[in-house]
Amino acid sequence: MQFIKSILAAGIVAASTSALAVDITGAGATFPFPLYSKWADAYKKETGNGLNYQSIGSGAGIKQIQAKTVTFGASDMPLKAEQLEKDGLLQWPQAIGALVPVVNLEGIKPGELIFSGEVLGDIYLGKIKKWDDPAITKLNPKLKLPGEAITVVRRSDGSGTTFVWTDYLSKVNAEWKSKVGAGTAVEWPTGVGAKGNEGVAGNVGQTRNSIGYVEYAYAKQTKLTYAGVVNKAGKAVQPTVQSFQAAAANAEWAKSPGYYVILTDQPGETSWPITGATFILMHKAPVDKAASAEAIKFFKWAFEKGDRIAEELDYIPMPDAVVKLIEKTWSADIKS
Amino acid sequence: MVGRYQELSASPGAGLWSPPRGTSVELASAGKQVGIGVAEMAVQSEGMEAAGPYDRARALNAFKLGDVTFYWATRACAISVLFVLGGIIISLIVGAWPAIREYGLSFLFTSRWAPSADPPVLGALGPIYGTLVTSVIAMMIAIPVGLGIAIFLTELCPQLLRRPIGMAVELLAGIPSIIYGMWGFFVLGPFLADSFQPLAIRLFDGVPLLGTIFAGPPSYLSLFNAALILAIMVLPFITAISVDVFKTVPPVLKEAAYGVGCTTWEVVRNVVIPYTRVGVIGGIMLALGRALGETMAVTFIIGNSFHITGSVFSPGTTISAAIASEFAESDGLHQSGLILLGLLLFALTFFVLGAARLMLLRLDHKAGK
Repeated sequence: MQFIKSILAAGIVAASTSALAVDITGAGATFPFPLYSKWADAYKKETGNGLNYQSIGSGAGIKQIQAKTVTFGASDMPLKAEQLEKDGLLQWPQAIGALVPVVNLEGIKPGELIFSGEVLGDIYLGKIKKWDDPAITKLNPKLKLPGEAITVVRRSDGSGTTFVWTDYLSKVNAEWKSKVGAGTAVEWPTGVGAKGNEGVAGNVGQTRNSIGYVEYAYAKQTKLTYAGVVNKAGKAVQPTVQSFQAAAANAEWAKSPGYYVILTDQPGETSWPITGATFILMHKAPVDKAASAEAIKFFKWAFEKGDRIAEELDYIPMPDAVVKLIEKTWSADIKS
Repeated sequence: MVGRYQELSASPGAGLWSPPRGTSVELASAGKQVGIGVAEMAVQSEGMEAAGPYDRARALNAFKLGDVTFYWATRACAISVLFVLGGIIISLIVGAWPAIREYGLSFLFTSRWAPSADPPVLGALGPIYGTLVTSVIAMMIAIPVGLGIAIFLTELCPQLLRRPIGMAVELLAGIPSIIYGMWGFFVLGPFLADSFQPLAIRLFDGVPLLGTIFAGPPSYLSLFNAALILAIMVLPFITAISVDVFKTVPPVLKEAAYGVGCTTWEVVRNVVIPYTRVGVIGGIMLALGRALGETMAVTFIIGNSFHITGSVFSPGTTISAAIASEFAESDGLHQSGLILLGLLLFALTFFVLGAARLMLLRLDHKAGK
């Protein structure tokens, strides 16, 4: 009965949203979609203004905002300052997410296994083939690892998640950088491809002796065995909200034009090394000024009151110092 | 109808039922107001000689309009298929044009697939290899099993079992491919990786050629798993068509063979198969066409890797799986390359299906003779 009620309620909400004019439209990255839609729900309850966000992928989101068909675009891969200048776009980070390596090994509990960036790179290059390779056992002297082959699982579709992962591997593994590099879809040297975060999570959950990478929220929801990683300061850290926040706080936002900071491999003793921000793109001189102002109002509200929702969904809110910077950018750069 | 009334009323008492005179006149005059009704009435009530050729032509002309409309309506429906087909081919070529211009023939022979490299390097060898390998293995499994079922059903099966087995095979054809994909992912993949694959790897370890084909490590997602799923999916095609063509063998031929003391095996081997060879091959080609283009189930379980390795237990990709998993986030040359892959698949299946039709056609000629 409760179920039917909630379906009815959802239907009524959907109907009423479509009946009213939805001024704010956005499109782009799939990774922040759960967060943006939850924020939109709460925002609508509070202000009556709706938001329509289509999760069509980062690349498509960038194309849509360039074509001015949406009020804002969202991307997991930031645009470089020159590109922003060329298109007359403004860019800022809206929330932070983290990736975790997940494994399927018998007898290993979440957080027990430790990797270094070098080792992760070598596994994904296909150089480390077995779980009892000296490079892995050296980092995990107490664990008993099987002499079985490692099944590498990675994304088969283009994705901002893959961008963050390959960017991290490029920073910490020289051979990865020269042979593969960073991108939303790369030329994988090894492994099996799965579609979407849920596909990778499903494959790792299914395949014994496998390793994959997923958003932290997926690892938590699917109860996969995540692993710790040695960060830039040489400390082994566990994926927790605190370690993600440390990475965000230690980044040098102020010095980066267009907030072009990729949060991987950040300094700091407690920083989680594989974090990435998800970005919003808007025109500096928008065609529809009213809609643009509404969108800014929404993002301002999200910074002020959306932190709890973000944390519930395992996203990390932007640090307050960064929010202040972003708000300054808004008033300076957006013409209304 | 109206004419009939008039005839009856013109000769009162001729029929069992005679309507009042007034009514028939009213009916007749009502008929006169409608031109077509009059012509028809004339033909029916006054006989052929009385109705001039002019009237008859008019009557037929009136029908002709409907006939012509019907003819053109159906013709338009049929021609629209050609338009759709032509439109698809043209749009594929237009979409693939940037990639054709960039890579030319080398697209077919490059094994590297690096859409994010600068400049992007795209080669179709990996997907083409995967498509051919999975289809060939699938046919190697499906042909003997499919023919076996067909022979059993037509020659040996007790009447009681014929329907259940036939229906089971037909139901196999009705299962949506995504279901096969899920089953392959959750059940068949783990089962093969834990049982069959280690056995084959150990068995052929060190044997030349076979050792390479069945090289480890076992994998949940592999070319072999995909091929096995494909074999199950195309089985109904081979069986259904084979059963149909086996039924065309004249009983007198078989009976004669039995009469001279042939065993069932000899009858099948020397009479049934030679007689129906072309039809069976046609059925196999239809199944091959399906196997080449199958997308969803294969994408689930093939592992989506563009690398070519000798082992069938390693992950690979097919043309359709590559398109399905990459198209959504692709743009520019990458997208054009994927469309070119689609064009290749189109051409490949077109030729396979064309060959199948040709062979089935030849069988029809033979049967008609």
